[in-house]
Amino acid sequence: MTDQQQMDLRRDEVEAGTTTGLAAPSVDVTEARQNSLWSDAWGELKRNPLFWIGAVLCLLFVLMAIVPQLFAGGADPRACDLADSKALPSAQHWFGFDQQGCDYLANVVYGARNSLIIGVAAVLVVLVLGIIVGAIAGYFGGVTDGVLSRLTDIFYALPLILGALVLLRVGPSTNLPIISDRGPGAVALALALFGWMTAMRLVRSQVIAVKSSDYVAAARAMGASNGRILVRHILPNAVAPVLVYTTITIGVLIAAEATLTYLGVGLQRPAISWGLQIEAGQESIRTAPHLVLFPSLVLTLTVMAFILMGDALRDALDPRQRA
Amino acid sequence: MGRYVARRLLLTIPVLLGASFLIFAMVYALPGDPIRALGGDRPLSPAVVAELRERFHLDEPLWAQYWEYLKGLFQGDLGTDFRGRPVLDTIERTLPVTIRLTIVAVVFEAVIGLIAGVLAGIRRNSFFDNLVLVSTTLIVSIPILVLAFVAQLLFGLKLGWFPIAGTREGWYSYLLPGLVLASGSLAYVARLTRTSVAENLRADYVRTARAKGLSNRTVIVRHTLRNSLIPVVTFIGADIGTLLGGAIVTESVFNLPGIGREVFDSVRAQEGAVVVGIVTLMVFFFIFFNLVVDVLYAVLDPRIRYD
Repeated sequence: MTDQQQMDLRRDEVEAGTTTGLAAPSVDVTEARQNSLWSDAWGELKRNPLFWIGAVLCLLFVLMAIVPQLFAGGADPRACDLADSKALPSAQHWFGFDQQGCDYLANVVYGARNSLIIGVAAVLVVLVLGIIVGAIAGYFGGVTDGVLSRLTDIFYALPLILGALVLLRVGPSTNLPIISDRGPGAVALALALFGWMTAMRLVRSQVIAVKSSDYVAAARAMGASNGRILVRHILPNAVAPVLVYTTITIGVLIAAEATLTYLGVGLQRPAISWGLQIEAGQESIRTAPHLVLFPSLVLTLTVMAFILMGDALRDALDPRQRA
Repeated sequence: MGRYVARRLLLTIPVLLGASFLIFAMVYALPGDPIRALGGDRPLSPAVVAELRERFHLDEPLWAQYWEYLKGLFQGDLGTDFRGRPVLDTIERTLPVTIRLTIVAVVFEAVIGLIAGVLAGIRRNSFFDNLVLVSTTLIVSIPILVLAFVAQLLFGLKLGWFPIAGTREGWYSYLLPGLVLASGSLAYVARLTRTSVAENLRADYVRTARAKGLSNRTVIVRHTLRNSLIPVVTFIGADIGTLLGGAIVTESVFNLPGIGREVFDSVRAQEGAVVVGIVTLMVFFFIFFNLVVDVLYAVLDPRIRYD
C-alpha cells in the first residue's frame, strides 16, 4: 500500500469512526484535513503573480494610510504658498502643486487614510448586516425569508450611488447619530446601508445549501440551539465566498466614496480626499491636467489592489478550477 | 409560463412600492425650506407660503403625503416641481437622452465584449486570452469617474476626436460617454463569454459534433456559440435596466441632460417630487428588465421550465 492509500484509508476510518487495522495508525490526518482548503488555496495564491501585485499594492497603501509622512517626502500637505499655484511636477516636487500651492504629492499621499478607513469601515457594516439578515432568512425560511428577501429586493433595486447620494444630502438636517456629521463615518454608513444586499444573498444561499446536511441534523439531535448551529456549524461554510466578496467590495466601496465626494455629498473640505482633489482639479483640466491625473491614478491603483487580490482568492478557493 | 410571469409581476409590486417609499421617506427629510428658497431675495408673503405648503401637502405626516403621491401616480400624475412644472414633462425631456446613451453603451458592450470573449474562449491560454484577462481586470478596477476624465482628456482635449460635453453633435456626442458607461459591463461580458465558450467547448455535444466530422467553423458557430451566448444575452438584458438608472456620474461629467443628471441636480436643489418620480422610474426599469430576462432564459434554454 502506498503512503497515499494509507492516508486515504485512515481518512475514511476517521470519518466512519471504525478501524480496519490496515491503515498506519501513526498517520494523523485530522489536522491536515482541517486545513486542506486553505493550504491548497495558499499554494495556488503563491504562484499567482496578479495576487502578489495586488498584495504589494495593498500593503503600500495601508502603510501610506498609517504613516503618510514616510511617503510625502517631508512635505506638509497643509503648508502652502500661493506662488506655487498649479506648478507642474518637478524633480523636487514629483506631483507638482495644487491650486492653493500645496505640495500635491503630500496631499495625494495623505488622502489614502480617509479612503481606506471608509472602505474598510463600510465593508465591516456590510458584513454585519449581510450575515445577520442572510443567516436569519436562510435558516428560518418561510415567511421570515419571504419578508427579508423582499426587503433585500427593495434595496437591491436602488442604485448604490443614488441611494447614498440622497441619504448623505439629507443627513446633516436630521438628528441621526453619525449620519448627520458629514464625516467619514457618515459616508461609510450610507454606502453600507445601500450596499449590503449581495452579502445577504451570498450568506443566505450558503446557509440554505448546508442547513439540510447530516451534520446539522446531528448537531440538532444532540440538542444544539439554533444560534449555536448557525454560528458553529453553518456559517463557517460561508467563509470562503464571503472573504472573496469582502476583498473585492472594499475596492468597489473606495471607488464609490470618491464618487460621492466628487459629487459634493461625501467628505467636505478641509478633509484631504482623492474625490475632493479630482473635483477641484476638474476646473483646470486643460491647463494643469496633473491635478486630476495623480489622485485618479492613486485611486485606481488602490481599487485595483483589492480587486486583483479578490480575483486571485476566488480562483484559489474554487476547487473546480484545479486540475 | 403564464402563471410564473403573473407571480413575478405580483412580487414586483411590493418591491416597487417599497423602493419608492424608501426614497420618498428620505426626500421628505430634505434639509432647508424649499418654499423659502423659491422666493429668493424677495420673501414670499405668509399667505402664499401657507398656500404652497398646503398644495404640496408639506405639513401632513409622511404616510399621508405618500398616500397622496400614490393616488396621483395611479392616475399618471407624478406631481409638479416647486416651480409648477409637471415632473412628467421633465422626464419626457430628459429620458430620451438617457435612452440614447444606454443604446450606445449596450451596442459597445455587446459587440466588443462578445468578440473579445469568444476569441479568448476559443483560444484559451493564448496570448490574446491573457490580454483579455489582464485588460478586463484593469478596466474593472478603474472607477467610472476616473475613466470619464481620462477619456475626456485623451480623446476630447488632446486628440480632439470627440466632443467632450453636451449633445450638440447628435449621436456622435454619445459615443465617448457611451463607451465610458459601458466599460465595466463590457469587461464583464468579455469574461462571461470567455468562460462560457471555454466550458461548452469541452461539452459532450461538441465532441459529438466533431466526431461527426463537421467543420471547425460549424462546430464553433452552430454548436458552441449558440449555447454559450445564453448567459451573456441574459446579462446584457438585465444590464439595460441597470444602465438606465446608473448614469449619474457619466451624464454629469459629460454634461448630458439625461435622467441621471436630472436626478442629481434635483437632489441638490431639493426638488423632492422630481427625485421620487425619476427614482421610481429607474427602479421600474430595473425590475422590468430583470423580469424580461428571467422569462427570456426559459425561451432560450428549453431545459429551464418554470411551471
